[in-house]
Amino acid sequence: MTKINRRDFGLVVAAAMLLPVTTSRADNDTEVHIDNFVFAPAELKVKVGTTVTWTNRDDIPHTIVSAGKFRSKTLDTDDKFSFTFTTAGDYKYFCSLHPHMTGMIKVE
Amino acid sequence: MSGHDHDHGEDGLSRRKVLECMTWAGTGVLWTITGGVPRSLGIIDSAQAATAPGMTFLQISDSHVGFDKPANPNALGTLEEAVNKINAMPEKPSFMIHTGDITHLSKAAEFDNAERIISQTKLDVHYVPGEHDFIDEDVKLYRERYGRGTKGHGWYSFDAGGVHFVGLVNVVDLKGGGLGNLGAEQLAWLEDDLRGKSKSTPVVLFAHIPLWTVYPQWGWGTEDGARALEFVKGFGSVTVLNGHIHQVMQKVEGNVTFHTARSTAFPQPAPGSAPSPGPMKVEDTRLRAMLGVASINFKQGDQRLAIIDTPLQG
Repeated sequence: MTKINRRDFGLVVAAAMLLPVTTSRADNDTEVHIDNFVFAPAELKVKVGTTVTWTNRDDIPHTIVSAGKFRSKTLDTDDKFSFTFTTAGDYKYFCSLHPHMTGMIKVE
Repeated sequence: MSGHDHDHGEDGLSRRKVLECMTWAGTGVLWTITGGVPRSLGIIDSAQAATAPGMTFLQISDSHVGFDKPANPNALGTLEEAVNKINAMPEKPSFMIHTGDITHLSKAAEFDNAERIISQTKLDVHYVPGEHDFIDEDVKLYRERYGRGTKGHGWYSFDAGGVHFVGLVNVVDLKGGGLGNLGAEQLAWLEDDLRGKSKSTPVVLFAHIPLWTVYPQWGWGTEDGARALEFVKGFGSVTVLNGHIHQVMQKVEGNVTFHTARSTAFPQPAPGSAPSPGPMKVEDTRLRAMLGVASINFKQGDQRLAIIDTPLQG
């Protein structure tokens, strides 16, 4: 654990108090990027109520589909898709155009 | 998973050998195949001159109209170049097949632009869809244009010049972690379609994603492709024509010749040679050597169809 001085500690506490309980993680923990036909991170753990945003950074369109749960439109380059997870569980998803691309969101 | 391994261990055709073939094809070689052994007749000009008359048809693929990224900022332009090349052929082909990914994003304007250019060949064109042709919100634009008289998601068959052609759709209902998919309904239709056909009838199966397993790590294969190939086992001459992988690849397995065509839009890397199968950016001067069309010649009495891959340039 790195040392936190008294002033910074106060800021951290204040910041934490402003945030809803469910987004205790930094913002970039709720983002999934698509690069080179790969979802990164391939597996993401989030709290119930978290909104996860996928961004396609490939030159080829992709989709994000979790059977029976959610389905994005086709995302062209730099397009984004967000989904808010309101129920705990394991959400396996894949790209319906390139089904070898798979990922998982674990909601707890 | 299909039983056709991409390293071709069973028929003794090594991966290196296939890559050699690919390099040759890239320079425009006429393939003639007798007794299961591919044999090249020479470079394209002399080979064309040596080709005896018979039925010739063309294959174009993966025109990705609407694609404008660095790998080719003008995919419509290179499609037009391919069409100009077709129009300049000394012998007019009987018809053309397009093995899918006509458009990049299934937009109405992309379909319209593709049609405007391809119709300049004044050839009948038999299409099958790629996954890029089914991504409009209502998934209706492809079928409105090309689905008339087809079954299911757009499969059909027809006869021409004594050859039985079957257009298959393997880009629908793909399962997470899987490959291309034909599905039970289409397979049942295919079995029925081939039933009663004389085993001496040459058969051409065409579909977007390779029906054989080229490289499953990149999804280059069809989950239930081996099922379709079982139905054509007894036939003396079977040719499988695919697109999707934007490069020429060929292998022969028993009575079946597998072949994939170049794209008219952008090349993709050889299997495993890049971090992903995405568009491959090459020097501008090299691009047209990696795009092209295929011409397929069938002569009565020949066991194999002769396939000539012609790059747009080089």
